[in-house]
Amino acid sequence: MGGLMMKKSVFTAVSAIAFAAASVAYAGPSAEVLHWWTSGGEAKSVAVLQKEFADNGGTWTDMPVAGGGGDAAMTALRARVLAGNAPTAVQLKGPAIQEWYEEGVLADISAVAEAEGWEGVLPASIAGHMKCDGKWCAAPVNVHRVDWIWANADVLAANGIAMPTTWDEFNAAADKLAAAGITPLAHGGQAWQDATVFEAVALGILGPEGFHKAFVELDMDTLKSDKMVAVFDQMRKMRGYVDANFSGRDWNLATAMVMNGEAAFQIMGDWAKGEFLAAGKVPGKDFLCASVPGDGFLYNVDSFAMFKVDGDDKQAGQGLLAKLIVGQNFQKVFNLNKGSIPARTDVAMDEFDSCAHLSAKDMSESSANGSLLPSYAHGMALRGAQSGAITDVVTAHFNSDMSSADAVKMLADAVANSL
Amino acid sequence: MIEWFERQIPKIVLAPSFMAVLVFVYGFIAWTAWISFTRSKLLPNYEIKGVIQYERLFAAPRWDTAMSNLFVFGTLFIVISMLLGLLLAILLDQKIRTEGALRTIYLYPMALSMIVTGTAWKWIMNPGLGIENMVRGWGFESFSFDWVIDPDMAIYAVVIAGVWQASGFVMALFLAGLRSVDEEIIKAAQIDGIPHWRIYSAIIIPSMAPIFLSAFIVLAHLAIKSFDLVIALTGGGPGYATDLPATYMYAMAFSRGDIGQAASSAMVMMGVVFAIVVPYLYSELRAKHD
Amino acid sequence: MTDLGFPQSQGRNWGHVALRCLLFLLLGLFALFYLMPLFVMVTTSLKSLEEIRTGSLVAFPRDVTFEAWRTAWSGACTGIQCEGLRPYFWNSVILAIPAVLISTLIGALNGYVISQWKFRGANLIFSLMLFGCFIPFQVVLLPMARMLGLMGLAGTIPGLIFVHVIYGIGFTTLFFRNYYVTIPAELVKAAKVDGAGFFRIFWSIFLPLSLPIIVVTVIWQFTQIWNDFLFGVSFSQAGTQPVTVALNNIVNSTTGVKEYNVDMAAAIIAALPTLFVYVVAGNYFIRGLTAGSVKG
Repeated sequence: MGGLMMKKSVFTAVSAIAFAAASVAYAGPSAEVLHWWTSGGEAKSVAVLQKEFADNGGTWTDMPVAGGGGDAAMTALRARVLAGNAPTAVQLKGPAIQEWYEEGVLADISAVAEAEGWEGVLPASIAGHMKCDGKWCAAPVNVHRVDWIWANADVLAANGIAMPTTWDEFNAAADKLAAAGITPLAHGGQAWQDATVFEAVALGILGPEGFHKAFVELDMDTLKSDKMVAVFDQMRKMRGYVDANFSGRDWNLATAMVMNGEAAFQIMGDWAKGEFLAAGKVPGKDFLCASVPGDGFLYNVDSFAMFKVDGDDKQAGQGLLAKLIVGQNFQKVFNLNKGSIPARTDVAMDEFDSCAHLSAKDMSESSANGSLLPSYAHGMALRGAQSGAITDVVTAHFNSDMSSADAVKMLADAVANSL
Repeated sequence: MIEWFERQIPKIVLAPSFMAVLVFVYGFIAWTAWISFTRSKLLPNYEIKGVIQYERLFAAPRWDTAMSNLFVFGTLFIVISMLLGLLLAILLDQKIRTEGALRTIYLYPMALSMIVTGTAWKWIMNPGLGIENMVRGWGFESFSFDWVIDPDMAIYAVVIAGVWQASGFVMALFLAGLRSVDEEIIKAAQIDGIPHWRIYSAIIIPSMAPIFLSAFIVLAHLAIKSFDLVIALTGGGPGYATDLPATYMYAMAFSRGDIGQAASSAMVMMGVVFAIVVPYLYSELRAKHD
Repeated sequence: MTDLGFPQSQGRNWGHVALRCLLFLLLGLFALFYLMPLFVMVTTSLKSLEEIRTGSLVAFPRDVTFEAWRTAWSGACTGIQCEGLRPYFWNSVILAIPAVLISTLIGALNGYVISQWKFRGANLIFSLMLFGCFIPFQVVLLPMARMLGLMGLAGTIPGLIFVHVIYGIGFTTLFFRNYYVTIPAELVKAAKVDGAGFFRIFWSIFLPLSLPIIVVTVIWQFTQIWNDFLFGVSFSQAGTQPVTVALNNIVNSTTGVKEYNVDMAAAIIAALPTLFVYVVAGNYFIRGLTAGSVKG
């Protein structure tokens, strides 16, 4: 009777052997880590963590899955959780942490967090992302600022333009640059990049309070307000400032356009700095960094969550990993590599560059006055269904001739439909 | 007893596959149907909540785009691949000395994964990097080929890449068909002085009807699974202009944590496939056996 | 061979020559169309990153360098390990070979039953299997993950083999059924009269006749399984990831520097086994199809 039955028993036997081999004896802390940092500086940054983990007697099993800002990794994660075979630690961020917690699959790491005094060293709004029902359930790695505007210093100087501090100034500068035959805004037409520009514009026009209302609370009045129409008006202007070939362009190619003077500005998170630095450019001299016009600070915090797993070695691995991730040394080395700044506020910033200093200063100021806000475009502010629905509208508007009023109506409908 | 057993062998041999298909295809479709009536988010949840997911689905403009793209893409992809495949097969059948090499050239795209195809075509069709740039460099300043960045035309760019990949395979199917047509009939027709093109259109092509079935199944299968191609070529963009039901479903299930919505889109998509494929399969299989 | 060459009686007149020229022109243009992406991939993989940033994509490399190929094979980072595609290649091999062989064998047996040992409902079963070919794989990911977990195969190579066999059966059965249906039923009848049983007839009559269709099926299955990414990424864990997942890890960096030359070299390396199979076995492929698989 057959092939299939026989085959199954062989399979079971093979996998039983594999499992037996895997759980021979307790051999110190171990962790299988699912992450999507697979190349260049990112991979080097994770390797720093792996080395520290190994130096403390841990065994790190790498489970990298790149693509789509973690989409593929999340696919693999779901499959593994459903199969009852969850990885030990997973790169997760934003409200997704709480969503997974609600499914009852995250482990509590409060013991480590309390022993290490995380509460005292993390900004309150960032610490909030790491807690589920008052318990610590994730460890933050870094703080990326999203609302940066990057510029080519020479191009600005040659055209007599200063870094804009209002959107009107930005528009005036952009018109001037366009007249001079330079692409004002380097941009890549991918949905998440459209959303990145959109939220920078929205922060400037709605202000920190309005941004919080619209993209954290999903307040319908704010979403339908005239100010939101103004945001889409500015987006229409931005569309006019990008070159004709922007569709589908990777963000780093847009950065290259700024670098070689083809374009003047780019609105992108501080991972763009890594591209400038890799090309040997000097901040303040070859390229300029500033926050986009308006107040506030949009953060994108990478973090690791620990899943419920069996086995003393794995649980010990989770504790050790959490401790190391928030440790001073790793926070410094990792963020020097990655272009972001440490999540904990007591790390010495001597070795960081001027952009990072600006970022750290703005973070502590905005944390104090309540304008430290989560980025919606990078999955920090909203759950996937809602942020996805907003992005659909943003990208549809940006890539067509839809009117701002229509876009606002569509935005409200889409958000309502996603709830 | 042994004789009875002997007679049952064919059924016994087929049984494991039948069971596997029942569980892993139809069981899973049933599972998806169930989930489509729930409000499952990050992980499946089995509490029935009614047809809300379908209401949400039909209220989403993005889904409309995805469905109309499926029709445009599916139709063009299948029709063009068939015609091009047939044309290439006929051309290659004219006693070409370099047939072996040409055949390999036409066929090799099928060996590549759609991820690779998509990336290569993304660059070739990018106006600033690829063909448009090249032709303008030759001095044809007004030449324009910017489908991949034009929301109205981008889906046709996806068709080009898809046809490029699959048409060689269809060519191979048809070439094999041409080679197996009874030569006597053709010789007789030639002696009767029937023109060249008439021999093809009236004798050879009609005799290859079963090949159209094979080609159709292979192409329809690829059209439905062209998920990777869209992801690599346009990422669903510009905007969501090249979204297909498969990419919509994937986005809902895996990047947005909205599994219930993904399940409802999967059910609608399978309903459409069912409505198109089943009558076709039925008529083909029936014709063959009656 | 269908001889549809132009009748000799027309001789070598101008019309004939012109038509032949047109024919070759057409064939040549199509060849260019099919070769263009390969050209872009190969030339890009041979350029330096600097040249790619500054130049046109559709151009020959100014300085040919094989650095990207070496990096892609053994140096590119696919996570914290920077060992290129090499370690993952083996996973794909030990996954693809058994999966192809098992699904081909099952397809042969199924096709044999459905075409030659018809029983009530056999056609219905065939139709059900055929429709199974059309199920989008995204649909089966989550329930399949659960099943693999229950079977204790989650994250293992046998688990991946199992998944590929299950979803390959539809196509392999279709191929063999279409091939065997052209073999006259009298053959089985005669063999039965001689006292041969089900397996005996399969083994000593059908299998020896099947080489062409086996080639077709193996090529098809090998291409599908080798190129699969979705199952590979969902049902693997550290240590069992196939080469397509590693390729994806090299090509898709989220916020890192993109090395297009390495990406393209990696894409070509990952595609080499399937390309090799098509080029070498391409002749058998056409012959296999000719020998009956498409006569239906």
